[in-house]
Amino acid sequence: MARSCHHCDEFSRASLMRRSAAEAGRGLPAIEPGMPLPAGTGLDRRSFVTRTFGLALSVYGLGKLGLFEEGIARAASGPAQPVLVSVFLPGGADALSVLYPALDPTYLKLRPTLALDPAAGPVFTEDTRLHWHPSLQPFATLHGEGKVSVLPAVGYTHPDQSHFTSRHFWEVGATNARLTSGWMGRYLDHAGTMDNPLQGLSLDYQLQPSLASTKVPVASVASPEEYSFYAPGVWGDVEQRMLDALRPLGARRKDPFLNQAAKATAQSDRLRRQLAPFAGNGYGTPVPYPDVDDSFPHQLAGLAAMLAANLPLRCVAITAPGEYDTHSDQPQPLADGLDVTARSLLAFQRDLEARGLANRVLTLVWSEFGRRAEENDSGTDHGAAGTGFLIGTRARGKMVGEFPGVDNLDDDGNLRATADFRGVYCSLIEQWLGADAKAVIPGAGSFSRPALVK
Amino acid sequence: MPPVYRGPFGKPQAERLLWRAGFGPRPGEAERLAKHGLHGAVHSLTHPGRERLRGPKPHDDNGHPLAPNDAWGHDQLWWLDRMVRTTQPLAERMTLVWHDWFATSQDGVGPARLMLRQNRLFRRHALGSFSTLLTEVTHDPAMLLWLSGVDNEKDAPNENYGREMMELFTIGADRGGYTEHDVREQARALTGWRSDWDDNLGPVNFRYDKRRHDPGVKKIFGKKGHFDWRDSCRLCVHHRLHPSFFVTKLWSYFIPTAPPAATRRELEQLYVHHGFAVRPVVEAILLHPALYRGPRMVKSPALYTAGLLRALRRGIDTEAWTWLMSLAGQQLFYPPNVAGWDDTRWLDTATYRARWMIASQAIEKRQLKPDKAKLPDNASKLLARAEGFLGQPVLTGQTHAELKHFAKRALGDANAKWKKEQYPALIENALRQLMASSPDLQTC
Repeated sequence: MARSCHHCDEFSRASLMRRSAAEAGRGLPAIEPGMPLPAGTGLDRRSFVTRTFGLALSVYGLGKLGLFEEGIARAASGPAQPVLVSVFLPGGADALSVLYPALDPTYLKLRPTLALDPAAGPVFTEDTRLHWHPSLQPFATLHGEGKVSVLPAVGYTHPDQSHFTSRHFWEVGATNARLTSGWMGRYLDHAGTMDNPLQGLSLDYQLQPSLASTKVPVASVASPEEYSFYAPGVWGDVEQRMLDALRPLGARRKDPFLNQAAKATAQSDRLRRQLAPFAGNGYGTPVPYPDVDDSFPHQLAGLAAMLAANLPLRCVAITAPGEYDTHSDQPQPLADGLDVTARSLLAFQRDLEARGLANRVLTLVWSEFGRRAEENDSGTDHGAAGTGFLIGTRARGKMVGEFPGVDNLDDDGNLRATADFRGVYCSLIEQWLGADAKAVIPGAGSFSRPALVK
Repeated sequence: MPPVYRGPFGKPQAERLLWRAGFGPRPGEAERLAKHGLHGAVHSLTHPGRERLRGPKPHDDNGHPLAPNDAWGHDQLWWLDRMVRTTQPLAERMTLVWHDWFATSQDGVGPARLMLRQNRLFRRHALGSFSTLLTEVTHDPAMLLWLSGVDNEKDAPNENYGREMMELFTIGADRGGYTEHDVREQARALTGWRSDWDDNLGPVNFRYDKRRHDPGVKKIFGKKGHFDWRDSCRLCVHHRLHPSFFVTKLWSYFIPTAPPAATRRELEQLYVHHGFAVRPVVEAILLHPALYRGPRMVKSPALYTAGLLRALRRGIDTEAWTWLMSLAGQQLFYPPNVAGWDDTRWLDTATYRARWMIASQAIEKRQLKPDKAKLPDNASKLLARAEGFLGQPVLTGQTHAELKHFAKRALGDANAKWKKEQYPALIENALRQLMASSPDLQTC
């Protein structure tokens, strides 16, 4: 693969995907608006779906969805599994703004225009040299409740300053440019099952690479109520028969590439069945989420609803709102992105708490790198160590690695890492997901495991 | 010469050829092409007559002509229209190949006009000389912006283009073909290009400026000289590992399994013998037994969409294709990175659904109204009609049987008079949707 990401193409693409996704909403209707129903059936589509799948309860009722296909049912009916959510801040979020050493003279010298006001952001109680970015008040609140572990400088040795490469390293869980499976994908290969695509869920219009598995199925879906299959001029019994035909069409084929297409058909069909209860229904969300022009809070609300419905999720990946590649005009876009991200994640945590699910979910927030300590007048260039957060009721709530300070930068003028992301992954796999990190992370033996879970 | 396919050349073979070397058949086209025999068929693709665009002219959602230079997404529609209407499908397909090979994204370029200019360059050299194409691409404005050619000057050499030229365009990584030293020296040789900035137009006036070029001696691939950008291209094309890289990569666009070693060597000889000409190599690949006897390929979203529209004889009459293709994972002019699209990852649960939506969009306008259409109460007849609707694609027995099974069962649900009247039309609509999104039509 190419190392070059000189023009930062990949995450601009993410924003394009988001744009097209937004447009998708006004394209083909997911279900029925204005669609005539044959007289005499006496059913609207929702109750039709409900009846067909034996879903006497809507998603508002916890854990009582019957009649999934067998594997799903088995996975869903087992003991509730821990869930790991990965939230990616695309572009390299500026660690020295996320948690800033407000009064450090070197910081003030390095950041003549970008230094943040000491009075603007709350003090970080574990290291009072640092302040939370003013937009991160929600994280400060959760931290005060002991629900956030902060990684003030997480990265790896010999940092690569290309978006493409560094993000790839984080996604595959190794500093190996040739590895093609994601670290969560490999965990699922190790601990997952062959019949449950929802075990690895990319809340996106395409698969998040960290979930790329080699063996077991995983799913990508932007939001659960959208995952329906509309066909023009088809409804009622015939529509149900049509949807039923997807499974046999997805049956195994001899030709390897025909089989690839059949597999995609079968997995999509399974996912459709899993998500059928959400089609056209609300999430029954018990708390308010930010009302913003971004799908992130809505997707998190959908995620909480899926967990409440006892769908068998294990690993989830989602991209945070905002553009963090702030080469120029840094302050506003950074503040806006962090604001929506943090408020949404606070709402998600409150949602899980209200639904009694908070003990099941940990959320890792990460970015591919931090940014250069010295500003370039209006922004900052690519750097090395970045900030990470682990959020959840079961997060240990203690800082992992210390803030390295700005007087001891590396040769490129970047923050030095005081925690290794691969060690963090090993800890999450062992302490949270309950698997052997050696089966997932290359060279797992060589990384020290921070205590992340309480 | 590489081996030539000697089996029967009927409709299934002609249909596969039209998909692999173009954007699929129009109704009846595969049957007609089959009559020419293998050699005649391949020749008609590699030596097409003057290009014409056949079929209804493209327009946007409001019925206005496309504005590819100005309106967002219209550049993609403009290109998709060519894929649908061209009488030179192979040249258009090669244009898409070069777009993936020299993957340039508008994200790093800006103005659509520069992307369209690069697109014309790819089309002009579609089946011509790779050596010329590489030289032209190297100072193409979009590429100069995309891989930092205009930032590469003697006082601050930028390795971006030099590295990708070797890694992705001509030699390949991890083959022992070049060193990090070669990367740095290539960067020096490539110095000299620049542009100006115009507040209205953006980057303009792309040109070679001798003062920005590093005239010193460089050592590349063990050879020393006062190399410049032309030398840089020449050295890559004449590199001992270039022919094998070129024929293997080109092959991968037509046939999903690697070429046999003997074939690869024969293709290399053909390529070098013809002075780095593309056409003879493509011709040999299209005649090769592996294309006809080997496994199927997964269609890219562009191929899938253009092919459906060709089969339906439908022109570009909506802007929906831009976001639908993007949901399916291929937004033209926006490859994910300089390595192009990943052909092994076209299909997942999200992109499968996007393809389903593409099929829905393609057939929606002609859906049958159950209170108007009079259709036979017979599964086989309904299925035959749906096949006709989609241009009689060759289906596997398995898919054919499942579709028929569906139609039978759905007809069996009609337990009231109004249902008996209306269900056949609903079933026909469903058959079109299922067939268009079946594994058979996702692959070719």
